[in-house]
Amino acid sequence: MIKVQGVTKRYGSMTAVRDISFEVAAGEIVGFLGPNGAGKTTTMRILTGFLPPTEGTAEVAGHSVLDEPIEVKRNIGYLPEIPPVYPEMEVDSYLEFVARLKGIPNARIASAIDAVLEKTSIAHVRGKLIGKLSKGYRQRVGLAQALIHNPKVLILDEPTAGLDPAQIREVRELVKSLAGDHTIILSSHILSEVSDTCGRVIIISEGAIVATDSPANLIARLQAGGGAIELEIDGPAEDVETRLASVEGVLSVSRGPDVAARATWVAHTGDTPDMRKRLAQAVVESGWGLYGLKQTGMSLEDIFLKLTAAEKIGAVEPEPVEAAATEDGAQ
Amino acid sequence: MRNIWTIARRELRVYFTSPIGYIVLAMFAVMFGWFFASSLIIFARVSAQAAMQPGVEGLNVNQYIVQPTLGNCTIMLLLTMPLITMRLFAEEQKQGTIELLLTSPISDYEIILGKWLGGMLLYCCMLLISLLNFSVLLFYAPLDWRAMLVAYLGLLLWGGTMMALGGFISTTTTNQIVAGSISFGLFLLLFVLVWAQSYSQSSLGQLAGYLSMPPHFDQFSKGVIELKDATYYLTAIGLGLFLSKRSLESVRWKA
Repeated sequence: MIKVQGVTKRYGSMTAVRDISFEVAAGEIVGFLGPNGAGKTTTMRILTGFLPPTEGTAEVAGHSVLDEPIEVKRNIGYLPEIPPVYPEMEVDSYLEFVARLKGIPNARIASAIDAVLEKTSIAHVRGKLIGKLSKGYRQRVGLAQALIHNPKVLILDEPTAGLDPAQIREVRELVKSLAGDHTIILSSHILSEVSDTCGRVIIISEGAIVATDSPANLIARLQAGGGAIELEIDGPAEDVETRLASVEGVLSVSRGPDVAARATWVAHTGDTPDMRKRLAQAVVESGWGLYGLKQTGMSLEDIFLKLTAAEKIGAVEPEPVEAAATEDGAQ
Repeated sequence: MRNIWTIARRELRVYFTSPIGYIVLAMFAVMFGWFFASSLIIFARVSAQAAMQPGVEGLNVNQYIVQPTLGNCTIMLLLTMPLITMRLFAEEQKQGTIELLLTSPISDYEIILGKWLGGMLLYCCMLLISLLNFSVLLFYAPLDWRAMLVAYLGLLLWGGTMMALGGFISTTTTNQIVAGSISFGLFLLLFVLVWAQSYSQSSLGQLAGYLSMPPHFDQFSKGVIELKDATYYLTAIGLGLFLSKRSLESVRWKA
């Protein structure tokens, strides 16, 4: 549905996006993840035909953004970071205006408005001035605007930015409910959001893609290099620490918070595969009580920081990633 | 065409949902009425004097009322047109709604023509109000209404020129005040450039005179359509719209 090949965007001497390539299959929800200023918005704007790429090609629904911008725009619903709403218009007349802009035939405009009001649950504010609406509602009007022509592709730039937790959940549910009918790209710098709604994550840092995979795979892939085991042990602190550290494969040991007067320990195991058995043995052989043993993975947050930091410092080479449009269970 | 009309209609609506449309109309109506009444009173006095002198025929209403009033009207437009044009694009850029327009399946020219037409519709409302004044004359004086309509055609071209140029300036900024001020400056310059002709016979002076707006309105206000005058205005309108299109493209590059 979306095909981006070698896209680079420069503003003067500044390169916002460099050599980005990825594909998105129909019906997929893909999350763009990256710190602010990473190039998420620029990439999205290129897809919407708002910005022309400096190099490379982008296709949406089989149409090139450069050669057939009008066709591309017909197939895209776009919610920019700031919802493009006119504060002096009522929700109703605003949506009617957008419906006409998007080329919906006159006879179908009323039903399209009704449908989209229903979908975004804003039917009860349809007669209100947009300027008088709360931020959450304005966001939903923005979403309604993107949906009104029932586009094949939805591009949502930080759809939950600035909303309160309840509103965030509503918008997320709404986005999830749209999957299947639409191919969705959404951006965020909040990880939980992306791992929650998206089948696949594209992590962007400083204008380049540093990783592409499903949230679960990303975690699995990176866990190898950053594994740790959490132990809850009843025993003399110093002895426990030296004993754990002496187990083969443990890189370092640190003390966690006490739980019910028992100390917790974190043994960092690097990329050694499962160390639980060896550690358990060591504890039991020493005659201490083992109350808890848990392999802890990295959260998406850790991965995100690790990947983006690695990119910045250049210390860790991020694994080469290829767009995996077909091999992950996006739907 | 449908897209142009969609945008134009929204523009016109905005003028009337915000106070700006009413302010412009009210200001224009009052000032136009004042200019009209002044010429009318002078005309009445002069005709009374003329009537007492034998051999003098009735004075020409168009020449004594329509021409000076519309001449004054163009001065008023210096002040009122920036109020109309300043928000055309600057507001959209400030609000971020320009992104909606530029990502909708419509061409840049449709956006620009729609905006221009929307402004022109408000301008037409102003002209209609001004026509109310002259309609009184139809009953009491031998008004040559065909000549007057030609003068109004000139006024339409005049307004269209300002709308296109002011719209272009509005595309270059996100600040309406800046857009309005620069437009006013430009309109004023185009108004007074003709002075150069009076003190300079050089080709530069002649060129300055040609670029000035008022000389091209003279014939129109007399009820005469001169091709070169019409060409001047139409070229200026085309130039303004073309520059707007270029500038809108650069919005994409700057964004």
